Amino acid sequence: MNYYQPEIETASRAELQKIQLEKLQKQVARVYQNVEYYRAKMDAAGVKPEDIKTLEDLSKLPFLSKDDLRDAYPFGMLGAPLKDCVRIQSTSGTTGKRVIAFYTQNDLNLWGDCCARAVVAAGGTNLDVVQVCYGYGLFTGGQGLDMGSTKAGCMVLPMSSGNTERQLQFMRDLNATILCCTPSYALYLADTAIETGVIDQLKLKSGIFGAEAWTEEMRKAIEAKLGIKAYDIYGLTELSGPGVAFECSEQGGMHINEDHFIAEIVDPKTDAVLPYGERGELVLTAVDKEGFPMLRYRTHDICVLNPTPCKCGRTHIRMSKPLGRSDDMLIIRGVNVFPSQIETVLIEQGYMPNYRIELDRVNNTDTFDVYVEMDPEQFSDTVKVVAAKEKELAQAMKTMLGINPKVHLVAPKTIERSEGKAVRVIDKRKLH
Amino acid sequence: MKQVSVFIENRAGKLAAVTELLAENKVNLKALSIGDSVEYGILRIVTDELDVAVKVLSENGYLAKVTDVLVVKTEDKVGSLAKIMAAFGDKIDVAYAYAFASSEPGVALMVFRVGDNEKAIEVLRAAGIHATL
Repeated sequence: MNYYQPEIETASRAELQKIQLEKLQKQVARVYQNVEYYRAKMDAAGVKPEDIKTLEDLSKLPFLSKDDLRDAYPFGMLGAPLKDCVRIQSTSGTTGKRVIAFYTQNDLNLWGDCCARAVVAAGGTNLDVVQVCYGYGLFTGGQGLDMGSTKAGCMVLPMSSGNTERQLQFMRDLNATILCCTPSYALYLADTAIETGVIDQLKLKSGIFGAEAWTEEMRKAIEAKLGIKAYDIYGLTELSGPGVAFECSEQGGMHINEDHFIAEIVDPKTDAVLPYGERGELVLTAVDKEGFPMLRYRTHDICVLNPTPCKCGRTHIRMSKPLGRSDDMLIIRGVNVFPSQIETVLIEQGYMPNYRIELDRVNNTDTFDVYVEMDPEQFSDTVKVVAAKEKELAQAMKTMLGINPKVHLVAPKTIERSEGKAVRVIDKRKLH
Repeated sequence: MKQVSVFIENRAGKLAAVTELLAENKVNLKALSIGDSVEYGILRIVTDELDVAVKVLSENGYLAKVTDVLVVKTEDKVGSLAKIMAAFGDKIDVAYAYAFASSEPGVALMVFRVGDNEKAIEVLRAAGIHATL
């Protein structure tokens, strides 16, 4: 097994928790002193830094949300003097809430360590050539994997995103062995490499893919087409960027870098902290970030934490792939449903994920209809077969969700799209 | 014989759009039937311009599928269909059927969509009824 920082990556749980508590206490004191915005929140909640005596006391602290970051934009969450900050990164701001994160030199160093752990876990050594096709610039992807690969001793090809022809040319000519990009771009690169015949000249052995949701089916497709092992990586700009958690060769969840981030799972509706193994919203506390210190930041990512020991030898807990977004969560007949679950079922059953969920309330009961576009292969000339396919899909969704939808197969391109993006959910229950 | 089926939303104007498209492209409909559910219909047509029909339908975003169907030739008189169905008995599963315009006087043509075409031809032949694919 290869580790970048074996001592901390395989430290005992007791040791890890000791480190976490020490860092947490220091961090809360520092934030209380330096960040007026958060101090006000703590005062309003009636909690003082000295109230944090155990790790469980973390739950006394107020949450931070994206709305808070918008309120405090741009300097309100600064945890260190600006003169000590050496860099910013930013989110795309597509949801109208741009986040600017500040980094001190120490922040960059620790972020690089986190990414280096991911690169080494994916087999990176000083003999490897890492092609980074995440965007460079404000986006954290390029910067994070670049620093991590450099720290791991690999040679970096800082390609940034786009220009597929040039990507494949460098990949081939410089014998790239590790690919870092979004999973959808990896598939696109793979298809192009296969079409142009370049695929046989590539030396890739693994890839680190993140920054967007992807399924196990996509993993299998990437691995088969490129002949590599595909590793997942998780992160968000608010918590430095990629490298909050990363997958090891077991591919059974992503190890959270717990010496830097404390993870909690909360019920998105009640805010109550849930035990390990329960599904809920991931809340992260960065215990040593200086420039942009996040305490109990609501990620909105729904996942499950797995504390059981991993065969790879790392002791840090593993988070599942995000199963959905808490802001996308629907409660149908009292059951939590994520559109991404519907998507998973469709892909598993061989459908394109072009669907629309319609919810309504009739006689005080939720109606739950899922419209799915068929392709020519799924279409049959007999009503009986189409009806059977609808039933089969409904059954598969029931197995996944625990409640029974009514599935309607519809013609291609009949699901309304706004600006090319399909409208996934129509909730008529909100109208009354 | 080959039949093309088209998936159509069960809404006013949808069938008109398809038939108009076929007419514009000079596709002559020799026989047709519509199977319907609450939400959609499946239009099945027999035409000499099968390739043109499939091409224009697909190009215009319709789900179109070509299927082999059984054509049964029988006398145009009382009891002919009963005779066919009796030959099928419980051996042949019929999904749907429709009649066909015949230019020969005294002859009726039927289109059958069955589970097993070969077996259907066999049982009909045994009953003295002429059927082809």
